[in-house]
Amino acid sequence: MRGLTFDIAHMLAGSLVLISFLQLYQDRLYALLNVFALHAFVLALSVAWQAYIQSAPHLYVTAMIALVFKAIIIPVALHRIIVRLGIHREIEKVVGVGTAMLIGMGLVALSMVVMLRVTTGADPLAREDLAFALSVVLLGLLMMVTRRNAVGQVVGFMSLENGLVLAATGAKGMPLVVEISVAFSILIAFIVIGIFLFRIRERFDTVDLQALDRFRGERR
Amino acid sequence: MALILDFAVQGAQMLLVLLLAPLLTGLTRKVKAHLLRRQGPPLLQPYCDLVRLMRKEVVLAENASWLFRVIPYLVFAATWVAASLVPTFGTGLLFSWSADLIAIIALLASARFYLALAGLDVGTSFGGIGSSREVMIASLAEPAMVMIIFTLALIAGSTQLSTMAAYLISGEAGLRVSLGLALIALIIVAIAENARIPVDNPATHLELTMVHEAMVLEYSGRHLALIELAASLKLLLYVSLIACLFAPWGMAAPGTGIAALVLGVVTYLGKLAAGGVLLAVFETSIAKMRVFRVPEFLGAALMLGLLATLLRFVSGSL
Repeated sequence: MRGLTFDIAHMLAGSLVLISFLQLYQDRLYALLNVFALHAFVLALSVAWQAYIQSAPHLYVTAMIALVFKAIIIPVALHRIIVRLGIHREIEKVVGVGTAMLIGMGLVALSMVVMLRVTTGADPLAREDLAFALSVVLLGLLMMVTRRNAVGQVVGFMSLENGLVLAATGAKGMPLVVEISVAFSILIAFIVIGIFLFRIRERFDTVDLQALDRFRGERR
Repeated sequence: MALILDFAVQGAQMLLVLLLAPLLTGLTRKVKAHLLRRQGPPLLQPYCDLVRLMRKEVVLAENASWLFRVIPYLVFAATWVAASLVPTFGTGLLFSWSADLIAIIALLASARFYLALAGLDVGTSFGGIGSSREVMIASLAEPAMVMIIFTLALIAGSTQLSTMAAYLISGEAGLRVSLGLALIALIIVAIAENARIPVDNPATHLELTMVHEAMVLEYSGRHLALIELAASLKLLLYVSLIACLFAPWGMAAPGTGIAALVLGVVTYLGKLAAGGVLLAVFETSIAKMRVFRVPEFLGAALMLGLLATLLRFVSGSL
């Protein structure tokens, strides 16, 4: 399986990890959304490449779903939400960029160690893809933890889901039904979160989620 | 006879980098001006500037020490040696055995050390600010550079530039994530080291944010000419370093004839032009950062370097 096909799949999965780091680095919402669209676009490329090398035509559908929903519809919708909420200025974070990057490095190392231990004897292509997918998932989680702004957390959640799709396509044979239902549940989740954003804003005059902590009485 | 020929080729490379360096700077300025819909200075303007500065008299500050007068020559010599060691149009030249990546970084670091000393020497506040900022940037850029070297050396099995380029040109390395990460990290480091736009603005003289220009503010005449030439050489060095490591196609292998060398020179010119144009496009599309944001920018390079080394170890263990 070594050779150019392996290298290109490896390269695409690696660039997904790289773009996850770019997301951690951005501190403006518009730039964050653009990077997220790029993330989904690279995911679509990666899935399409997997479809080509595994000669599995249903994966092309997955790639199309990633391209249309995650690279176009969701970023555009989030853009409009940001404009309507009037919060396109800046994101404040719980930890600084440097610390977040360092933690991210640690997470990548962790997922490498875990995945390579667990999957000894599997196809190297799948192993590397799984390790990268786990890093993307963990980086998405980290993103949700380090942002206080609700829109940033939504982007973190969506990129986490991108990691799941990468894992599922790397391990041969995820049924198309599962993929479609995951895509739609993501869309539903997105709509629900969008409505919640407006409700949170209505009630607290902000989308900074620390307001919720105060409301629960955890912080005075 | 063969020795003389080798010598001639190596000498040609040394002269080539020296002659092309101002042209690259001029090209970048011209493309940038065009992108901003200005006419811009002619391509050969940097040469005219250098000749003009050479003819002018040197004005020295009253309390300048001997160090201040010696440093331009030291900086120029170190940078020229480093720039002529990087393989440009051919691998395996006469001095290639000494073209170690770590040695080149050491040469550049010593040039920077001298320049920072010169900034402090006269005792003006601008020089002090410039030196302190330059050293801050260097303290972040150099670890990143060292990580990049580690990655490349692990992949190619050598720190010698000629061997690395020969390995990468052979196609055995293939497409690797570590190489991609190292390329992005190297571009960030190159931008920071050459005082280009997100980190420093090479075109301004009256701003509190300047770094490189603040250090050389007290220089005039031939000293300034040498320092400007050294800065152009450094830009050329980084462009040819990136070209030789990540786009090594067309370089003449050792022992091939004149035709291969000519082809190497032509492709090298093409790579330089592409590098200059890309740099200008990048600089026009981005705004200068606050000085306090530079550590984050360079920290990203350091992190990418670390990540590349990490991934290299992982895929090596498969």
